[in-house]
Amino acid sequence: MGSLPDQNAPEGGNPQGPLKKTPLHALQVELGGKMVPFAGYEMAVNFPLGVLGEHQHTRAAAGLFDVSHMGQLRLHGAGRASALESLLPADIASLAPGAMRYSQLTNEQGGIIDDLIVTNAGDYLFLVVNGANKDGDLAHITAALPAGITVEHRSGDALLALQGPGAAAVMARLAPDAEKLLFMTAMASNIGGVDCYVSRSGYTGEDGFEVSMPGARAAELAALLLAAAEVEPIGLGARDSLRLEAGLCLHGHDIDNTTTPIEAGLNWSIQKRRRTEGGFPGDAIIQAQLRDGPARKRVGVLPEGRAPAREGTAILDAQGAAIGAITSGGFGPSFGGPVAMGYVATPHAKPDSPLGLVVRGKTLPAHVAKMPFVPARYHRG
Amino acid sequence: MSEIYYTEDHEWILVEGDIGTCGISEFAQEQLGDIVYVELPEPGKVVAQNDELAVVESVKAASEIYAPVSGEITESNDELVDEPGKINEDAMGDGWFFKIRISDAKELEDLLDKAAYEALIAGQR
Repeated sequence: MGSLPDQNAPEGGNPQGPLKKTPLHALQVELGGKMVPFAGYEMAVNFPLGVLGEHQHTRAAAGLFDVSHMGQLRLHGAGRASALESLLPADIASLAPGAMRYSQLTNEQGGIIDDLIVTNAGDYLFLVVNGANKDGDLAHITAALPAGITVEHRSGDALLALQGPGAAAVMARLAPDAEKLLFMTAMASNIGGVDCYVSRSGYTGEDGFEVSMPGARAAELAALLLAAAEVEPIGLGARDSLRLEAGLCLHGHDIDNTTTPIEAGLNWSIQKRRRTEGGFPGDAIIQAQLRDGPARKRVGVLPEGRAPAREGTAILDAQGAAIGAITSGGFGPSFGGPVAMGYVATPHAKPDSPLGLVVRGKTLPAHVAKMPFVPARYHRG
Repeated sequence: MSEIYYTEDHEWILVEGDIGTCGISEFAQEQLGDIVYVELPEPGKVVAQNDELAVVESVKAASEIYAPVSGEITESNDELVDEPGKINEDAMGDGWFFKIRISDAKELEDLLDKAAYEALIAGQR
């Protein structure tokens, strides 16, 4: 048979230097994690439950993810909100303390350098960026900030995600104050004696929490969460299938330096004041696309057979003309069949538009479908 | 009297007379993880040794399956289409892919016996 999954596949990898370890590396190994390189770290792609089992467990109960490879930055100084607004198109100035927003660092062409979550933590802005991009992001942000605004890279901090319909019950027992948070809000809390910063957010489409804490306390907190009957450890494999079913973008695949937030269908993340005022890199291009519509759009794609369409698969229209490519695709365990997303020329972006997917030389029927592929269950109160 | 051989690419072939039953090894299914899709050859298809003739996809990746020997496909395990997880459960048994009428038994000499295959994967674990 052809190659078995490449254990050294660079998934946004850092080709230079030895792999880094998160504060939970030893725990991942102890739990039977199958360790692979990812974003410059050695991390578990799956645990003994396996990718399918971990995916289904997260949608049925609760999964614990070590996402400590992600970059955690704090922006300090007076005027930090307007300074950050010069780098991204979201409205940060109006973020109330404890509120958070999804946004994108844009380049002069309106492309996406990285996507991130920005939280108004009260005394500072808390930024969570992608692990594979964090060094570049840090340099980019630092270079752009005016005097008086500083970036602190919290490289010693860990980040855990507790996701799934059972997450709230676990949190209610361990940190009743944090359990009252609504989707996309955050607060300082204490879980089992560990001071931490908890948000109601995640990357699975499920209700859940993300917990930031000093790396030295992460193993203790993870063990406490794993002791809950609902909770199983979840690896990178299920993290990817969960976010794909939820229709969420993976930077470096579904969005990158060459795709704008408008092409990616992330218009909802650009608030009205910023659309009108601009004042971020690539603003003229993004405003023009908001006004006139982009030439291509990211859409959900459903293959009509059982064969998954992987990243890079060519997308054809009903006449066989090339109109785009798949950017993420695979099997959706909860959906019960193959799911994908990709870019198509705008005339083909409406739901149910017929498509062809070129898989191993054959054109397989597919169509545009609304995302998410499984209903989101965010806790909006 | 049956004899099992392996390829370096992790297929197995169990030979009984001139018919070989083929699948992927236990090691391969472990490495692939949960299998979610297979594409099998049609009976009657004539293939040469090392031709690509089936596909297996796990949640992680797609891999092609090659013909361990030349011959004609006599049967495919259609149950795998609806239950690809059988490959994970019983790669060396119920998870077989297809049967082939071997056209040149000499090609079996190119394959590995059980001990040689086990030595090969010992270095890959």
